[in-house]
Amino acid sequence: MKDSLIALSKDALSSLRDLAPIVIVIAIFQIFVIQEPVHGFLSLIFGALLVVAGLAFFIFGLRIALFPIGEEIAHSLARKGSAFWLFTFAFVLGFGTTIAEPALLAVAEEAAKVAVGAGSIENTESAIANYALGLRLVVALSVGAALLLGVLRILKNWPLPLMIIGGYILVVVITTIAPQEIVGIAYDSGGVTTSTVTVPLVTALGVGLASSLKGRNPMTDGFGLIAFASLTPILFVLVYGIITQWI
Amino acid sequence: MILEAFSFIFDSAKDVAPIVFFLFLFQLFVLRERIPNFNQILVGFVFVVVGLGLFLVGLEQTLFPLGRLMAQQLTDPAFLEDVNGHVGAALVWQDFYWVYLFAAATGFATTLAEPALKAVSLKANVVSGGAIDVWGLRVAVAIGAGFGVALGCFRIVTGLPLHYFIAAGYFVVIVQTTMAPKMIIPLAYDSGGVTTSTVTVPLVAALGLGLAEAIPGRSPLLDGFGLVAFTCLFPIISVLAYGQLAVLRVKASKAAQEKTELREEQDHAF
Repeated sequence: MKDSLIALSKDALSSLRDLAPIVIVIAIFQIFVIQEPVHGFLSLIFGALLVVAGLAFFIFGLRIALFPIGEEIAHSLARKGSAFWLFTFAFVLGFGTTIAEPALLAVAEEAAKVAVGAGSIENTESAIANYALGLRLVVALSVGAALLLGVLRILKNWPLPLMIIGGYILVVVITTIAPQEIVGIAYDSGGVTTSTVTVPLVTALGVGLASSLKGRNPMTDGFGLIAFASLTPILFVLVYGIITQWI
Repeated sequence: MILEAFSFIFDSAKDVAPIVFFLFLFQLFVLRERIPNFNQILVGFVFVVVGLGLFLVGLEQTLFPLGRLMAQQLTDPAFLEDVNGHVGAALVWQDFYWVYLFAAATGFATTLAEPALKAVSLKANVVSGGAIDVWGLRVAVAIGAGFGVALGCFRIVTGLPLHYFIAAGYFVVIVQTTMAPKMIIPLAYDSGGVTTSTVTVPLVAALGLGLAEAIPGRSPLLDGFGLVAFTCLFPIISVLAYGQLAVLRVKASKAAQEKTELREEQDHAF
């Protein structure tokens, strides 16, 4: 109990340091560039304290729950030795956490508006809803596929740089034939899929898997899953844009 | 604000609960193994949920509105006229220097506060046996993100095609990959996706939208997108550079050590 309290207060102190740059940036711009008084100074301070406390709690919980359970499952999967369940786990984890991602919801709705503006789909409610849902499904599928591919890479020991760079070359090539209005959305969708809870979990999975397999180094083989999860959504969404244009 | 805090905690519980449920189910019924330290893990998840809720309500109440307001003010035609003396079509890309500065500073600062990045850095530190410094890695990522957001703003202002920048950026990544130490490469590739979560995306998106609205001939719907992609790309470059620098430092200190050893040997010879 005492140790946990010490750990928690250490996390709080380091959270304070994490937040300081934002406060400094906003203060400097407010005072020197915009030169307008800020309303509700006290509530600002209170809000900033909430952010610090929240970050400290999150990191503390991460250490005692998210990381251990992620690694434990990776070890159990390696012990079980069933490739089928390993791939199922990776795919469901990627698909499930992405389909419910609030940031993706927002982007999908914006993207549907863009598609209407460009004339790719009709301006009816059902067409817009269909397009947004389709986009979310495509992105979620792509993240599921990414984790599956990433886990397969760890198992087979395929070279990561070749796969990632090859993927981005493919992205650039497909961009030239994709409809203009989807390009920005596609490129952004790679970044919005990886949420605060998923990232630590996926990292723990990769590192846990690499450390329980013989001849794998957790540093060079354990990382890289997130890289796949930021690449495949771009590819899948570009292709989705091309296909919806035809129908 | 307290009521809002509860609703945010409830929301984050709704986001986290399915994941926890899936993990437990999988461990218990598919893998048929028990969950070690079950109580500790449950308590930990409560901390994750409450922490995420408090974090988001704090951001939503203070930093986001302020950041959005500042993004609006900096791209406001009245402000631009005030600083530059002209407005509208007469604006050239250099006139937006406050926007670039704000973009770089915001990208840098918000990345440092990103919880997912902190998580990955902590892990990388442990896995690398301390060779990768938590704070050093985060600063490297933050520098890349800041540069990326600023360059992304420049692109919105000039209207150059997105994929030119992305292709050029990945070309740099390819060249660096051939030279950087092997152990940093996967981590560097990961750091792109890690940068963009809770804190950075909303602020950066607001900046892009404001900028696209302020410039004649840009559509917020079309040109407002793409900033996140820049924020994803440049941390890869900066983290690879961080790895290259670390190697150079080790080489330099080794060379210095050899020199002193050589001198000592010579001293012995005499």
